[in-house]
Amino acid sequence: MSEYAIICEGLTKQFGQIIAVNSINLKIKKGTIYGILGPNGSGKSTLIHMLCGVLPQTSGYGSVLGYDIRKDPEKIKQRIGYMSQKFSLYLELTVLENLQFYGEVYGIKKDKLKERIKHLVEITGLSDRLNQRSGTLSGGWKQRLALCCALLHEPDFLILDEPTAGVDPVSRRIFWDIIQSLREKEVTVLVTTHYMDEALICDEIGFIYFGRLLVNGKPNEILKQHHVETLDELFIKLVKQEEASSIFQKGSV
Amino acid sequence: MDEKIKKFCSIRFQSIIKKEFMQIKKDPASLAIALILPVMLVLLLGYAMNTDIKNINLAVWDQSQTKESRELIQVFTRQNDFHLFSYTHSYNEIDYLLDKGDIHTALIIPKDFSKNIKTDTSTVQIIIDGSDPTYAKEALSRSQNLLLNYSTSIQTKMLERNAINEKSLPIKSETNILYNPTMESLNYNIPALIGLVMQEVILILTAFAIVREKEHGTMAQLIVTPIRPLELILGKLVPYIFIGLLSFAFVLIVGIWWFNVSIAGSIYLLIGLSILFLIASLAIGLFISVIANNQLQAMYMAFAVILPSVILSGFVFPRETMPTFIQMLGGLIPLTYFLEILRGIFLKGVSLDILWLQSIVLLTFIVITCIATASRFKKQL
Repeated sequence: MSEYAIICEGLTKQFGQIIAVNSINLKIKKGTIYGILGPNGSGKSTLIHMLCGVLPQTSGYGSVLGYDIRKDPEKIKQRIGYMSQKFSLYLELTVLENLQFYGEVYGIKKDKLKERIKHLVEITGLSDRLNQRSGTLSGGWKQRLALCCALLHEPDFLILDEPTAGVDPVSRRIFWDIIQSLREKEVTVLVTTHYMDEALICDEIGFIYFGRLLVNGKPNEILKQHHVETLDELFIKLVKQEEASSIFQKGSV
Repeated sequence: MDEKIKKFCSIRFQSIIKKEFMQIKKDPASLAIALILPVMLVLLLGYAMNTDIKNINLAVWDQSQTKESRELIQVFTRQNDFHLFSYTHSYNEIDYLLDKGDIHTALIIPKDFSKNIKTDTSTVQIIIDGSDPTYAKEALSRSQNLLLNYSTSIQTKMLERNAINEKSLPIKSETNILYNPTMESLNYNIPALIGLVMQEVILILTAFAIVREKEHGTMAQLIVTPIRPLELILGKLVPYIFIGLLSFAFVLIVGIWWFNVSIAGSIYLLIGLSILFLIASLAIGLFISVIANNQLQAMYMAFAVILPSVILSGFVFPRETMPTFIQMLGGLIPLTYFLEILRGIFLKGVSLDILWLQSIVLLTFIVITCIATASRFKKQL
């Protein structure tokens, strides 16, 4: 087995004329927390959908936990946890009912599931809300529940698509405590975010714009390389640079 | 690990069933509609579907005004074949009543009626409103029968008077009406109505089952789990089989106890084959749910199946009179076979040795639709 959880080689996704993900090369070591940054519509979610095995790529190669994303998407699904941008659990079911349903969907046996639910609701602080309808939870609590569902089956690879967008600071803190605690268990985490303080916690980060991976590496090293103080600065610098070059390209045609 | 992914996993299958039941439980209004609506429809349409023509409104223009002419009018109205709506005195009046729709038939007795029937032949005129063929045919056959019988009796009397004793007619008929001896349309229509109503409710119920998850975004989460399409489809099917059966039981009770329609055949066979039909309808509903992108599309598609099936299945008119091509289209609808099963068991009391073909066709429908549904359902965005 390779030491990499994720390998992308020239991974590309095209929707008609639009290139959403443009020939991305990326390797993520097992047990790493990898943060993806990039403006809205830069191709982050498309990349994630391909890695989840729910969107076939146009060209290039990708593998997750040693499985080809084109050939073995179902094997990948058994071993990854995914939390989407939009809350996508059952609003009419209670917290506990959602957890039980997803536990069973992952084929977890009864006793084991009970234990997992107990553990996860404790660390996310959901214990007192087990019988509350999920639809009545507020944003931060919904996200905590979604995280629990993604972690129920102890995945080797956790994918979080903007998990903390619009979430209160306390929930964010809990989120990142949990994500960091996954390091010990050799779980690889891929997380997209717009918060630069969160990006700094990641072991490695990548910056995506117009579907291309522009920068990739350890946060501190990247700051040094680009002679900037903060990631915010880098973010704005990169966006301006890219926009200028795209206008230049269009002008030259 | 690999084995676990390939094999049909009963924990996953059951999880879907459990979840569906939970969702149904949290939405009692929908459940109530699924259970009560069929009963209401059968009650309502059961009365509406009564096609027995009781008495036909008749206008009479009696120009003769004799004992004989009054006897003829008597013959028409005696056994409630015709209801004497009014006496008229002109063609204009008759036209007016026909135009208005007050009468369907008019009887015109000529002036020399009583004289002519004794010596020669008298011609009475019957005018029938032909706009509704069912009514017109009934009015025509009734009036002709009545006139024929009455003529024969007059002739017999005259022969007797002339001392000729040839009473017996050369051919006598002995008619035996089987299955529905009173020829009541209810006995024929109620069983079929049960089938039609069940199809409608079940189809609409399941047409939303999967597309709802697409629209609510919950499908996005389900497709990244290891759930297999077949586990999901069958898991969705099972709870609706229960609802369908419950609903079917209600409708059956209404048909039997309220409308007094009796089952000539085996009730167990009826229930067994009804389950088969329920599953076939559910499978079509789920197929719609898989190919539709949103609930509105699913609704339209469900109606695209339901509306033609009312006619094509032979529910209203017999299929035999339809053009071959239309008959073939009707053959693609499970309801067509279920109507044959329903009428066969309810009226004729036949068993599987007659209905085996229909049963196999329904079974084939289920298998093909389930395979099509599971293969059309892709765990992709």
